Amino acid sequence: MKHIFKIVAVLVAISAVWIALLETSTVPRSYTWLVSVADFSLLPIYLIVALGCYGLFMVGFGLMFFPTCPQEAILLQKDIAEAKEFLAKNGVDLGSE
Amino acid sequence: MEASAGRKRAYSIIVPTYNERLNVALIVYLIFKHLPNWKPSGTAYLHGLKYASGEFVVIMDGDLSHHPKYLPGFIRKQKETGADIVTGTRYVKNGGVHGWNLMRKLTSRGANVLAQTLLQPGASDLTGSFRLYKRDILEDLISSCVSKGYVFQMEMIVRATRKSYHIEEVPITFVDRVFGTSKLGGSEIVGYLKGLVYLLLTT
Repeated sequence: MKHIFKIVAVLVAISAVWIALLETSTVPRSYTWLVSVADFSLLPIYLIVALGCYGLFMVGFGLMFFPTCPQEAILLQKDIAEAKEFLAKNGVDLGSE
Repeated sequence: MEASAGRKRAYSIIVPTYNERLNVALIVYLIFKHLPNWKPSGTAYLHGLKYASGEFVVIMDGDLSHHPKYLPGFIRKQKETGADIVTGTRYVKNGGVHGWNLMRKLTSRGANVLAQTLLQPGASDLTGSFRLYKRDILEDLISSCVSKGYVFQMEMIVRATRKSYHIEEVPITFVDRVFGTSKLGGSEIVGYLKGLVYLLLTT
């Protein structure tokens, strides 16, 4: 199944739950079986706010604990020096960088 | 290269380079240092997959931002798990990146959160290119991928997940040696977002 269909299915499921909640508690039964457009249109707003919070939290968390490795840069310089020395000793022409 | 249950396992290492003569010499030296039994078969690492004869193929960057000292770890992981793909990840414990400023880290994290949420790609480092593949699986994936650059790496791993290939991860460090060139401009970001939508619609 294409991944976009999975996402659409999740959105449809959330909409269904939302409508069910509106039907059972918010909207008076005698009024109509249809939920009002105004009530339903709150769902996308809540969804966007929730996804935004989730995204900001995940990016912020990732930045706070971003793994860095300054010691690796030093080790790499040592390895490069070692390799250059070996190659020069064995007559490999390294040319210009 | 190494004997295993009475038969030899052969590993090819492909290092795409862009006229980096010195870097190729350095990388070959470091590969020998960490894989002493490695026997280079001609110029396989220069000409790509059609010259790679091994049962397994490793692809790594040629500018030494990917260090050959991690190769034994990739091989060990594949042997232990029988994985189809072992992918190096920078974003876990013992992994890491050096040489990125705050803006670069922010873009990277943002791109990753977006892709993880929308695509569920099955790996933590989508745009890294230090990976070991079973040869036939690499050929299959390359033939079904169309993207370029960063998105290509992401497409490879997403398609592999969708095809239910067995993916394992090992931590690697990434020392960005060409400081400044890996800054992401507006066109790279737009390209990435297009790639994300393309993968949403086709995988």
